[in-house]
Amino acid sequence: MQTYDLSTGSLRELNATLHAQNEATNQTTWEIMNPKGAHAIACGLDSPIEVTVRGSTGYYSAGMNQQATVNITGSAGPGVAENMMSGKVVIDGDASQYAGATGHGGLLVVKGNASSRCGISMKGINIVVHGNIGHMSAFMAQSGNMVVCGDAGEALGDSCYEARLFVRGSVKSLGADCEEKEMRPEHLEILRALLTEGECDAKPEEFKRYGSARNLYNFNIDNAY
Amino acid sequence: MCGIVGLFLKDKSMEAQLGAMLTDMLITMTDRGPDSAGIAIYSKESKNIGKLTVQSDTPNVDFKQLKDALKQLIEGDIDIRVQSTHAVLEMRADQVESARAILKEIRPNVRVMSSGDSLEIYKEVGLPKDVASRFDIAQMSGSHGIGHTRMATESAVTTMGAHPFNTGSDQCLVHNGSLSNHNSLRRKLRRDGVHIETDNDTEVGAAYLTWKMQNGSTLGEALESSLKDLDGFFTFVVGTKDGFGVVRDPIACKPAVMAETDQYVAFGSEYRALVNLPGIEDARVWEPEPATVYFWNH
Repeated sequence: MQTYDLSTGSLRELNATLHAQNEATNQTTWEIMNPKGAHAIACGLDSPIEVTVRGSTGYYSAGMNQQATVNITGSAGPGVAENMMSGKVVIDGDASQYAGATGHGGLLVVKGNASSRCGISMKGINIVVHGNIGHMSAFMAQSGNMVVCGDAGEALGDSCYEARLFVRGSVKSLGADCEEKEMRPEHLEILRALLTEGECDAKPEEFKRYGSARNLYNFNIDNAY
Repeated sequence: MCGIVGLFLKDKSMEAQLGAMLTDMLITMTDRGPDSAGIAIYSKESKNIGKLTVQSDTPNVDFKQLKDALKQLIEGDIDIRVQSTHAVLEMRADQVESARAILKEIRPNVRVMSSGDSLEIYKEVGLPKDVASRFDIAQMSGSHGIGHTRMATESAVTTMGAHPFNTGSDQCLVHNGSLSNHNSLRRKLRRDGVHIETDNDTEVGAAYLTWKMQNGSTLGEALESSLKDLDGFFTFVVGTKDGFGVVRDPIACKPAVMAETDQYVAFGSEYRALVNLPGIEDARVWEPEPATVYFWNH
């Protein structure tokens, strides 16, 4: 295992070193010490390596991730795993606002709570939150799955397109054009797989599914050009 | 942007380190706002003694013989501590208001940073490290304090536009965000006799809370009603003589992290500001909820 200590090395050098790992690298496991809330740790990775950050991170950690697995043992600041393409990001603590925003693929797991705007404009990413999520989560969500084992804040799924939103607890309010949907066997299958992958022992049957009511302007065929 | 830090000590044995801890926290937040910086410190109060912290761009001229000049015009003893561009005037508590009026006459270039029994505010244009060392903040002790580093949006980069703002005795406020109804609210508050010095949006927020508290609200109630009456983005950290409060607007896009241990309650715009506090590894660390008032009292 390779260890990098941010109390002695620079963030730029760390990220450059991680970026230099190609698919054939032998240095597949990395440990980052003393993150102390620094920004942009392990951003833009694109190789199948596993990186563990020991502590809490600041803005934009593990952003734009492809292929890599990034574990954060503390909490993550705003914009963690933003625009993730593939791979996996796991946060043992809480995540601040807009976790997993605009993500196209991969899996984001938050073992604590995620705050406001989680999964905003998600485009295919899967997000599993063991705790609660804040207001305006999954705003304009386009595709992908969001699983919330706790409660959801105000305006869940406002103006969403085709993402599936699974919530086990209460939903403070649904956003415009978001509604509760029927939970069919195929949804339980998806949910079961995500809960397993997200290391969560909740039962799929305990969840409700929410999604787009398809009543907004863009869904009305009369508005087509 | 803008960076905020705050520290409310529960453990009296840490009071001597308050200035040093706040300085370290604020310097960490420098890249959130390089325009100006300020720190409010609540230090030990003496019975019946009031403090006026004042500023001048020409301290050599304005603070010279200021003590003697004031002595002739107000009752009781008076003491002056000059610290770079600032001076702390200590006098009988019942003389503070008249001293403030007299200062306007005899030293028109002197601006009041704060008044109160225990509050002192030091603020200037410049980076946190320069502002903190100019006033030797690291040497200051106290029970609680608030710091701010500013990226200006709503008014000019001047000493008067720097945070914290003091609008009532021993009250201060720092702000990350911008208020959009500050002009109409300023007019309303001025009509009600509230003193507002600048065109700055944050000062209106501070004056609003002062006005609420003057009309019988507790700090908690005043913060609660700010959620209804203030329009815009805000994360506020406020101080009173014995209290410390935090509130974020319902949208909550301005960041905030808090930490609490048996020894202190700490606030930072980012977790980075908190990482050097003692015992932070085992502290309860959380993000304050939107539209939720938090406050602590001694």
